[in-house]
Amino acid sequence: MIREFALADFGYLLLATRWTILLALTAMLGGGFLGLVVAICRVLPIRPLNWLTVGYINLIQGTPLLGQLFVFFFGLPLFGLSVDAWTAAALAMSIYASAFFGEIWRGSLQSVPLRQWEAGASLGLTYRQRLAYVIIPQAVRISIPPTVGFIVQLVKNTSLAALIGFIELTRASQIMAAATFAPLQVYLAAAGIYFVICFGLSHVSQLLERRLHVAR
Amino acid sequence: MSLVSLENVVKRFGSLEVLKGVSLEVDKGEIVAVIGRSGSGKSTMLRCINALEPVQAGRIMVDGIEVTAPGADHNKLRARVGMVFQSYNLFPHLNVERNVKLALKLVRRMSDAEASEVARRMVAKVGLEDKLLAYPDELSGGQQQRVAIARSLAMQPTIMLFDEITSALDPELVGEVLKVLEELAEEGMTMMLVTHEMHFARTVADRVVFMHEGRIHEEGPAEQILREPGTAELRNFLSAVLH
Ligand SMILES: Nc1ncnc2c1ncn2[C@@H]1O[C@H](COP(=O)(O)OP(=O)(O)O)[C@@H](O)[C@H]1O
Ligand SMILES: [Mg+2]
Repeated sequence: MIREFALADFGYLLLATRWTILLALTAMLGGGFLGLVVAICRVLPIRPLNWLTVGYINLIQGTPLLGQLFVFFFGLPLFGLSVDAWTAAALAMSIYASAFFGEIWRGSLQSVPLRQWEAGASLGLTYRQRLAYVIIPQAVRISIPPTVGFIVQLVKNTSLAALIGFIELTRASQIMAAATFAPLQVYLAAAGIYFVICFGLSHVSQLLERRLHVAR
Repeated sequence: MSLVSLENVVKRFGSLEVLKGVSLEVDKGEIVAVIGRSGSGKSTMLRCINALEPVQAGRIMVDGIEVTAPGADHNKLRARVGMVFQSYNLFPHLNVERNVKLALKLVRRMSDAEASEVARRMVAKVGLEDKLLAYPDELSGGQQQRVAIARSLAMQPTIMLFDEITSALDPELVGEVLKVLEELAEEGMTMMLVTHEMHFARTVADRVVFMHEGRIHEEGPAEQILREPGTAELRNFLSAVLH
């Protein structure tokens, strides 16, 4: 059936956007949790653990996300684990995100100047108090722009899940473009939706930065 | 009995010996100015006194606590020793009031109301009561240093250590910080201060300690030692900084 691109079709795209957002959220939370573990394993003074973590980070950052999606989607069934597109995408993107979050957060922690540790120490704060009240709050502020920047990438990268058949915004647009023969309108509408999400995120980041007195 | 005593303190960074057997006594209420060339070990000496740096040999006592004893409680020591650094190091994520309150609550275990009261008093003392809610990035360098002094004073230290706290300031801001130090001196606070302000050292300090290549090369009453240096090194140093 061939028809015009109409408002109802835009609604269909918006519905598919749920899955884009859900996948990005899952990768954010799963990747955020794993990323904390990665950051900690990277800074704990245990050499073999550091090397292992660096290896993990290099492996994930040095290979394309699409490849990682394929590994999970086509690879896991070879081991008798059948996965659907959602599970494969959620797993692959969480792991992908963990390597980046881990490095961003480690860098933020280490970029709080040493003299802030010393200022806390010379007031008699214990190591834990320095970490909790002086260092981590500053590291969090430092990490906001790169963290949000990466989340924006993550939102856009969910479109790769279309290639393993997961129906999110991009895959829905392909389907719709085929049905309406109006690819330009469809893809423009999809791009508009991506833009609104990503622009909103960047805006929130800027507001936070201004509110939180980032260290200089 | 002296409040601070260093006995033959040796400090090395790797193979670099920075303090080569430093001995010094500071009495309660005394004001000691530490002068000397860059790299002579002035900062390192202050940092050893509040255990920011471990020493390799010698003994340091502060207010009855043996700093260099194995297992000494450094946090307890530091709560009694105020220190202000050359680089501004207020906590940038906290406003002035909360910068001062943080250690009062965490270390002194004051209630929020008590801590607020002390913070207000201390910040007023350095003349910044109208900046209580400002953030460090909204203050000038001179104002930041005054808040840093207030933050240390709030802990009621028995001694204050100042490491070139005016060196990073624009010249027109130096005066307001020195004025706070002068007031402290009048109140009888025990102080050790590393400074390049020779006029200030002469008028405010009781004693001047000249460090040279990791040793105390010469020391004596401020007025006298600055007017009649006994060693060629101090003479050279003074003529270099005064011209
Ligand atoms: N953390 C450190 N690691 C290695 N060397 C250091 C360190 N801190 C200071 N030094 C060295 O110790 C010497 C004395 O430094 P410092 O005490 O800062 O001198 P001053 O305060 O008199 O200028 C210098 O040669 C300096 O390079
Ligand atoms: Mg110095």
